[in-house]
Amino acid sequence: MSTLAPDRKAELRRDRSPRKDRLLRGMRTPGGAVFLLLLALLAAVIVVNPSFGEPGSLIRFIGRTAPIAIAAIGQYFVIVSGEFDLSMGSVVTAQVIIAGNLIGQDDAKVLPVLLLMLVFGALIGLINGLVTTLLKIPSFIVTLGMMLALLGLVLYWTGGAATGNPADTFRQIGRGGIENIPVLEILPYPVLILLAIAGGAFWLMRRPYGRTLVAVGDNARAAALTGARVWWIRTRAFILSSLAATVAGIILVGYAGVHPSVGRGYEFTAITAVVLGGVVLGGGRGWVLSAAAGAFALEMLFALLNFAGVASTWRDTVQGIIIVAAVAAGARTWERRRRGASSATHDKQTPIAQPPAVGTNEGGK
Amino acid sequence: MRRSIQSKVTVVAAAALLALTACTTDPSIENPPAAETESGEAAATPAEEGGDEWFDQAAFDEQSEQRSASFTGDPEQPWLQYLEGEMTDTSEFASEGAKKVCFANASISNPWRQTGWITMNQQLEVLVEQGVISEMETRDAQDDDNTQIADIDYFIAEGDCDAFIISPNSTAAMTPAVERACETGKPVIVFDRGVETDCATTFIHPIGGFAWGIDTAEFLVDNLEEGDKVVALRILPGVDVLEQRWAAAEKIFEENGIEATDYFTGADPTEIKKIISDELSTGDVQGVWMDAGDGAVAAIEAFEDAGKDYPVMTGEDEMSFLRKWEETGLTGLAPVYSNFQWRTPLLAVEKIFAGEEVPKEWVLPQTPIPEEERADFLASNEGMPDGHYAKFGGTDLPGYPEVWQERQIP
Repeated sequence: MSTLAPDRKAELRRDRSPRKDRLLRGMRTPGGAVFLLLLALLAAVIVVNPSFGEPGSLIRFIGRTAPIAIAAIGQYFVIVSGEFDLSMGSVVTAQVIIAGNLIGQDDAKVLPVLLLMLVFGALIGLINGLVTTLLKIPSFIVTLGMMLALLGLVLYWTGGAATGNPADTFRQIGRGGIENIPVLEILPYPVLILLAIAGGAFWLMRRPYGRTLVAVGDNARAAALTGARVWWIRTRAFILSSLAATVAGIILVGYAGVHPSVGRGYEFTAITAVVLGGVVLGGGRGWVLSAAAGAFALEMLFALLNFAGVASTWRDTVQGIIIVAAVAAGARTWERRRRGASSATHDKQTPIAQPPAVGTNEGGK
Repeated sequence: MRRSIQSKVTVVAAAALLALTACTTDPSIENPPAAETESGEAAATPAEEGGDEWFDQAAFDEQSEQRSASFTGDPEQPWLQYLEGEMTDTSEFASEGAKKVCFANASISNPWRQTGWITMNQQLEVLVEQGVISEMETRDAQDDDNTQIADIDYFIAEGDCDAFIISPNSTAAMTPAVERACETGKPVIVFDRGVETDCATTFIHPIGGFAWGIDTAEFLVDNLEEGDKVVALRILPGVDVLEQRWAAAEKIFEENGIEATDYFTGADPTEIKKIISDELSTGDVQGVWMDAGDGAVAAIEAFEDAGKDYPVMTGEDEMSFLRKWEETGLTGLAPVYSNFQWRTPLLAVEKIFAGEEVPKEWVLPQTPIPEEERADFLASNEGMPDGHYAKFGGTDLPGYPEVWQERQIP
């Protein structure tokens, strides 16, 4: 077998479509189309408001969308494994309140509280995951329960009103940046955090864990039969989601400040972004970076509506339409692909391997 | 609703574009031409227009005058001051002994209500000690009309109350419940937001939303040039005290050629920052108007983050705004929706059971804090948390200042 390996590699390389073709084919999937949508929206925004296209404003826009994109990446892990995480927004809110109440103006507390927040986030994800997988309660209900429980906790703790902002050093994470950068003026820290997380997520999805996660979302039973520990794979997805919400919360404390309304509706924004990124609800299909692109497309659309003079009260309506339209479009395209119709009509077929010659023993390979 | 139909078309067009690109294979799909051609007009019109519905010229004029009227009573105790007018005779209620008070509260879900609620409880402590009140039973409706109606009905049926204090959640929905409370023949005290009945023994409130709108809008007009741009940040639609603030301000902005665009923020600082940064990337913003100070700091920070000059701004007498205002040195005004009014209902109970007459409509003073007075208020409220309100009027109560500093919400 090993002697054949170089041969097969060469064969694969030969049979693989050219990079251009693969890119084009990728763009035809919902997960690829979202990048085109993003570019189209960016162009539209710049037409409506040319100053938006300046590198300085663009990088600030990316900075302020970073927490939503990070939340979308977290939500992606859960959705692609076939579950939901509705507790995300409440986790953001709870973390924001924790930061506000525990850090205060004391710089020395920044690091310990930061650690505590990460542990708390991981714990929430662990509970969500274990209850969903071991007690076999639908994640929709589990995370809905978690969302309400956390909201109640926040309400109990704050009475529903804002407390003071934490120390400025902590807020720098979400508000500050590396200054005096040519062209960009400033490189906000949230952009760096987003880049790191997006890179990490991309890497993780190419690791065995990522492959198995998608397999579990596609067909949990089949994945289990191949020996995957489905419960632990899904639980880790919930932990990743809650950790992403925690990071989003840390950025938002800096960007916006402490208020019980911070994080409200984040779960739905994240789900919309993921769906817009072409990830199939129910799991098993979709790319992680498309989810992040979905978040940017969504925010870009809101910015477009805003610049076009549409009142923000329309936003929820738009978000609702997008969820329905994107799910419908995504389902149809993936279905077509599965049936093979799309490749038959659009793509040049290249056989994966030479058909075996008559009389040879196929199984011998 | 003046919001143009074109805007709606843009929404539909944009949504349609989205649906199209999501399933199309053609990357060359164009941006919606609608968005380009209409934006010029659409952007020039304010995003929101609801002022007409809430504007009431008579109330506007009345409150405008009341701002400079002289109040009866000791200016050192503004929570007992009132405007001369019709009085309610309460001799029928005169009686000895400690009374049980039942308080149907709309909510304590914002820092203004929380501060007032703390003050009210400290005032209660005094009156319990004096033997005027035996206890106060409170039910918190958590911003829900139905809950509050149930709360009031519970008090009527089983509360064993000697007097009712009601801080209504909303105007129209609470009217029948307040009327039922009046029918018991016991004293009913309504404060803060109003109801559509005058059956209450006394209705306690500061001058009102129009006065707020006039004070703030006139300040901005005085400090800005004609044609300047003002961003108006509003918490939510449909609450009379807030709508009236904007209705008055919008009228004054229009009359003076100030270009004002209003947004609903839900007091969410993320939203506020986003709105201001988007506005700043479209063009310069010279003024910021707020219908409540919650989130004022986020608005100011958005200017800092964008590297723009500070706007002329009106916030509220919340400590976070006063502190940020002093720190930045911007041109500002802190309008006041007198927080000390939370003391008045309990003091009214004392008066009513003593048989002293009380104003039918108890209008309390409502004076903004200008820059000259800011230092005094910052000094007298030193150590108070950011969500505290400078004109809370509780310096003579027990527990001052620790209770407010630690914000012990009962």
